[in-house]
Amino acid sequence: MRLEPRDHAPAWLSACVPIGAVLVTVALSAGLIALAGAPIFRAFRLMFDGAVGSGFAINETLTRATPLIFTGLAAAIAFRARLWNIGAEGQLYMGAVAATVLGTGAIDWPPTLLMPLLLIAGALAGAAMLAGPALLKTKLGVDEVVTTLLLNFIVVLFVGLLLEGPLKDPMGLGWPQAAPIVPEGELVKLATGKRLHAGFLVALAMALAAWVIDARSTLGFRIRAVGLNATASRFAGIGVDRTLLWTALLSGGIAGMAGVSEVAGLKGNLTLDLSPGFGYGGIVVAMLARLHPLGVIATAIFVAGVFVGADAMSRGVGVPSYIADVIVAASLLTMLVALLLLRYRLRWR
Amino acid sequence: MAMTSSDIALRVAGVTKAFGPLLANDAISFDVKRGEVVALLGENGAGKTTLMNIVFGHYVADAGHVEAHGEMLRPGDPQAALAAGIGMVHQHFALADNLTVLENLMLGTERLWLPWSDRRDARERLRQLSARAGLVIDPQARVGRLTVGERQRVEILKALYRDARVLILDEPTAVLTPQEAESLFATLRKLVGLGLSIIFISHKLGEVLDIADRIVVLRQGRVVLERMTEGATRDDLATAMVGRQLVPPQLGAGTAKGVALRLHALDAGSADGRQRLHGIDLTIGHGEIVGIAGVAGNGQSLLADILCGVAVPAHGGIELDGESMECLTPRGALAAGIGRVPEDRHASGVVGDMDLSENAILERIGDRRFSTWGWRNPRAARTHAAALIAEFDIRGATPRTQARLLSGGNMQKLILGRVLTEHPKVIIANQPTRGLDVGAVLYVQERLAAARRDGAGILLISEDLDELLALSDRIGVMYRGRLSACRPRDALDIRTLGLMMAGAGFGETSHAS
Repeated sequence: MRLEPRDHAPAWLSACVPIGAVLVTVALSAGLIALAGAPIFRAFRLMFDGAVGSGFAINETLTRATPLIFTGLAAAIAFRARLWNIGAEGQLYMGAVAATVLGTGAIDWPPTLLMPLLLIAGALAGAAMLAGPALLKTKLGVDEVVTTLLLNFIVVLFVGLLLEGPLKDPMGLGWPQAAPIVPEGELVKLATGKRLHAGFLVALAMALAAWVIDARSTLGFRIRAVGLNATASRFAGIGVDRTLLWTALLSGGIAGMAGVSEVAGLKGNLTLDLSPGFGYGGIVVAMLARLHPLGVIATAIFVAGVFVGADAMSRGVGVPSYIADVIVAASLLTMLVALLLLRYRLRWR
Repeated sequence: MAMTSSDIALRVAGVTKAFGPLLANDAISFDVKRGEVVALLGENGAGKTTLMNIVFGHYVADAGHVEAHGEMLRPGDPQAALAAGIGMVHQHFALADNLTVLENLMLGTERLWLPWSDRRDARERLRQLSARAGLVIDPQARVGRLTVGERQRVEILKALYRDARVLILDEPTAVLTPQEAESLFATLRKLVGLGLSIIFISHKLGEVLDIADRIVVLRQGRVVLERMTEGATRDDLATAMVGRQLVPPQLGAGTAKGVALRLHALDAGSADGRQRLHGIDLTIGHGEIVGIAGVAGNGQSLLADILCGVAVPAHGGIELDGESMECLTPRGALAAGIGRVPEDRHASGVVGDMDLSENAILERIGDRRFSTWGWRNPRAARTHAAALIAEFDIRGATPRTQARLLSGGNMQKLILGRVLTEHPKVIIANQPTRGLDVGAVLYVQERLAAARRDGAGILLISEDLDELLALSDRIGVMYRGRLSACRPRDALDIRTLGLMMAGAGFGETSHAS
């Protein structure tokens, strides 16, 4: 068996490949579900219904997708410039810290001003978190994979320190949690009695903005050029270091907004379990979307749906909800294989 | 004379290979006899590389087969090719710089499960091989310290060490001085005398006529000509290779006026420390082409990088049109009217995964024509690219074609078009025709000659001495970071240039090889 490069991938193949990847993922996970002793079709039915089968389910899935859109965009923008930002988790928490500092009573503004302020403050905090590693990379050649990844752990410990100290809620009965965001700072719910909030709309707007920047602005052009060929970009007079710094500010800023959205839209106050790994999940979302900003919306909803649906499946037929992690991981792997098959042809002799 | 199969060292029989709609090899057949040099001549994209990949087992042919010494080679198995005594010397050497010559030879031939290696045996074999083939080399020398010519000798020895009886050389003279090439040819003749067969891949007509017994010309995947070298002429071969008659560009009388670019006592060192410049003085007039010859690695690339704005000189002055430029950046160079054709078009010339319209404006993205207030104007870019495609004869492409799909020649036309449409005062052309097919070479040369007529001052750095002699008003030679005085081309010939490239006249006779 050998791989030979293709000149062109036919259009029908490009369309079929992602669908094929999903089908293979379903087949693979079916094996695991059978292994767990559950009826396969009923399990998938439960999962599907739990994710998108009712208004409530869709609401939950979109709520879950909101932070993943933010972090997925953060990863997609950075990866396009080959700036390997693995630190969206930390940037998310710093955004949440900024929202907590300003939004728990320190500033007494009406909602129309306070909500945007919190989002901007969170974005600035996230951007600052990635500006450091980006400067270290461009000035000193420090590998940003290492710095951004390790900063995640530092940030989580730092947040723990804040929650036991200066930001600890005096009314929190001793729990390590911050005071709640004031009502004026909360992101409004999109429907009464549901959990979906305005953060989702902000996420959609960000995806749209990222797409427009990528497709039409000179900055997006520079980001793409630097990512695809930094040597040629430098030769052509594009400021590679400056472009990387701008990329970092955009990417970190959007990741920071994820934290604001979660704390001011959903949870209400900052805790250490604000994010069950949304920062890392964003990388998967971005890769599945092939780094396309609008694709991120779709893949974030897909990944969120898998997690929400897996909960329902777990309740219904007793398959551990860890199956969701397996499905998402498997879909990423099948997608990578599928992309390989788009570029190469398999030969059996 | 009846030919027995044992006379045939390698037989390519009806090899056909398609990549999608592209027929890279179309029923190619030829034989290589024992002790024969067969030249495989063809432009880029003629199918030479694909064919060699099939012979070597990297690809599997759709039809046809390869025989070595009368036996079928197992398709798709590089080990089988090696075992059958086929050795290949690639254009880009596959040597470990941090190991010695001997260690490089032993790499891959030792048994992995033995805890020790038998150096004494290996050294003895290397000594015998060197003596027989007339390839003198110190087995203890570190490969990283060797010259390019010496590295090539190591590559050949490596193939011989593995008992190669058919040696394939891919563009072996591309990196050599004429004198080094001459000594390579002497070696090859000696090897042929020992019964080796050689396949010599090239697109240089002169050396093919010089070394080959027989010539096979490929065009568009097919054998279009197979003949003995005796009686063949350059014109025959060029016409077969390109499929039409070619007329080389005529430069016309000198037109130099005033000073376009002046370098004064320029000193520099490259970031990796491999290249240095010492006291470079150079003047280029408007409407003048100044050629720079030299073996790769003697500072030409660093000089070009400085003038393109991607390297920084340590001392010395650069004057453009009488104005002093302290330190050039890429954008500064562009703004000052310096057009740049980079040495490696894939690495620094284009962004392969962007389309032509985007590559056409890569250097001008901030320009009013192509963006306002940070927002691109894609339509203007596409119009611009369409104009370049039409004016510079970029074939088989639209503004939306990805640059990586262009052939070398068309990619170079794109880069050249991007430069020339801005009417630069000075053009830095670093190896502008390297690796291009004959038709594209002539096109690029004609365009440079036309730019000279229009008054541009052109610095032409090239390894092709014929090109330099045909196209330059004056020629200088670089050797170990120094530049000789630039002399009119009428006062120079290939032999003189070759000697200068090896260091003659630079006052370091002890280093001349």
